[in-house]
Amino acid sequence: MNFEEHAAKPLLDAAGIAVPKSRLVTSAEEASSAAAELGACVVKAQVPAGKRGKAGGIRMADTADEAAKAARAILAMEIGGHRVERLLVEERIPIAREFYAAVLNDASAKSPVVLFSTLGGMDIEDAAAKDPRALSRCVVDIREGFGHREAEEMLGGRDLGLPSPKRSIGFAQAGDGAKDVAKTLVALYRLYRQRDAELIEINPLALTEDGRLVALDCKFTLDDAAIPRQPGIAALGARERLSALEARGRELGLQYIELDGDVGVLANGAGLTMATMDAVRHLGGRPANFLEVGGQAYTLTKSALELALANPRVKSLVVNFCGAFARTDVMTEGVVTAWEELKPTIPVFFSIHGTGEEEAVELLRARLGMEPFDLMDDAISAAIEAAR
Amino acid sequence: MIVRAADRVLVQGITGTQGTFWSQQMIAYGTRIIGGVNPKKAGAEHLGLPVYASAAEAANDRGFEVAVMFVPPMAARAAALDAIEAGAKLLVVLTEHIPAQDVMELIAAAKAGGTRVIGPNTAGLVTPGECFVGIMPAFNAKVHRPGRIGVISRSGSLGALICLNLVRAGFGQSAYIGVGGDPILGTTTRDALRAFEDDAGTDGVMMVGEIGGTAEEDAAEYAATMKKPVIAYIAGAAAPEGRRMGHAGAIVMGDKGTYRSKRAALERAGVRVLDAPTEAGAAFTKALGA
Repeated sequence: MNFEEHAAKPLLDAAGIAVPKSRLVTSAEEASSAAAELGACVVKAQVPAGKRGKAGGIRMADTADEAAKAARAILAMEIGGHRVERLLVEERIPIAREFYAAVLNDASAKSPVVLFSTLGGMDIEDAAAKDPRALSRCVVDIREGFGHREAEEMLGGRDLGLPSPKRSIGFAQAGDGAKDVAKTLVALYRLYRQRDAELIEINPLALTEDGRLVALDCKFTLDDAAIPRQPGIAALGARERLSALEARGRELGLQYIELDGDVGVLANGAGLTMATMDAVRHLGGRPANFLEVGGQAYTLTKSALELALANPRVKSLVVNFCGAFARTDVMTEGVVTAWEELKPTIPVFFSIHGTGEEEAVELLRARLGMEPFDLMDDAISAAIEAAR
Repeated sequence: MIVRAADRVLVQGITGTQGTFWSQQMIAYGTRIIGGVNPKKAGAEHLGLPVYASAAEAANDRGFEVAVMFVPPMAARAAALDAIEAGAKLLVVLTEHIPAQDVMELIAAAKAGGTRVIGPNTAGLVTPGECFVGIMPAFNAKVHRPGRIGVISRSGSLGALICLNLVRAGFGQSAYIGVGGDPILGTTTRDALRAFEDDAGTDGVMMVGEIGGTAEEDAAEYAATMKKPVIAYIAGAAAPEGRRMGHAGAIVMGDKGTYRSKRAALERAGVRVLDAPTEAGAAFTKALGA
């Protein structure tokens, strides 16, 4: 679950990482009064998409009038397919240097990884290409944690203070910067652990002209599997963009993804469902959906069938079961019962193997008078033919 | 990571509906289950086996090498640590939707304690004709039959379908290793390839992958050095970008985890990549000259 900037920043604030003062607004009028309060500001589109700046969704405003004008322009935009409905109006921070800081799950290392770069304000990939030495990476032993020692070791000897003209005035000494950055990284790691983040990224982490560290933008992704134990913040995350049918699937506890084809797919298990979709395409047809009834959801087959048939583009249906954990007899019973009730007019083609296979095939014969195809490819080919 | 008939198995969560059903299946197939764990029913008997308060208690009483978890996601970390501390050699984590930080923690603990973790989100391990640990249809002779192909899969249902296709063409399995559908796994596809390369009972390896992550790319690197033939199938060629396809690990993000990248890496390594699961039998007939 992704958090937009306005939802992510309060998490940083609570973790002791400074963020600019801001107001979340939905109109030009509100933007204007926020700017009147905050002074020179930045008006930023709040959408769950990257590259907002490049799209023109981030604008400077020196006065309340300029803020209103910027707000009007941005509220008329669509960024990455999302209509802009909310804006963050933020006090403008005088920037001396821009850093990058992040903590994320690293699947290859099977560990959290802390990243820090002296090149902030750009894509981390671009920064790495520009100067690989700018990036420090620390693979964390999750049982040991990430403290000041690890952070200071990671930053080892980097000059993270203010550019020299300012430093000579005596605001901050060389080395102070490193201590503050270390403190920020430790706080960021603690937040990552407390809040079950998959990723927290501050980009840029600004060093201000008066020597403070302020997070100017933040990405936060909550681990979906941890939502049950993070109820307090889960409500703050951005809702995924779902079609009406996908939303209904979600409510039913089913994994349903709508595609643009006409051959409906109902299978058990993520891998088998994907393979069935792939085979539809490979054999010359177009899949209408991904719909998985595996895992604990295998008893929901009846709801799943209703969902698959509710898509008006579906002209034929493939039911492909290969039971391991999921019992094909239970799933087939669900399909057959729903079929008897709904009496759909479109043709359906079955292939059934694995746990509970004999009972499932018997059920299909007895109640729908149908014979499953031995080969999944034959069931799929028949469904593609029927959809034409 | 290839289970054997002699391995003693502890079932964590044996008294639940699924724990009971699958323990019965495992016992009937020949798996040597020594007992189960449920702290609330410790001291009781279930399926004629002792129910322990913890894996540690089971280790002190009958002893075991393998632990398999039928435990809900939020309790998985504690159950895994219990099994690891009790000295499990192999821990099969069937549970799906365990928070990723708990997974990293249990994998780190397992590494320190000398336990190999299979999963999470795996359907388990099968050694046809000997035993199985998990939730695979080992008892269905159309799917699992003794033979000389090692099968590795991120998905249980698709793994079963591939085995079915192999059996249909006359190829049984030396073993089935379900590595799991999570993004962070105790045992990777690459680790499983190595186990089969070293296994005297295996002549060739069938590798079933899917979109998301870099498991197939990493495996390709090792496959290039193998003596035994490897044939692969990757699910998700028709999957849209940016959507999670059922498994937590099955998602393409921008240009990361794509079907194309995996297929290219495997083909560069000399691995034949099938267009459909049904091609598996013919591919091995050709590769092994059977």
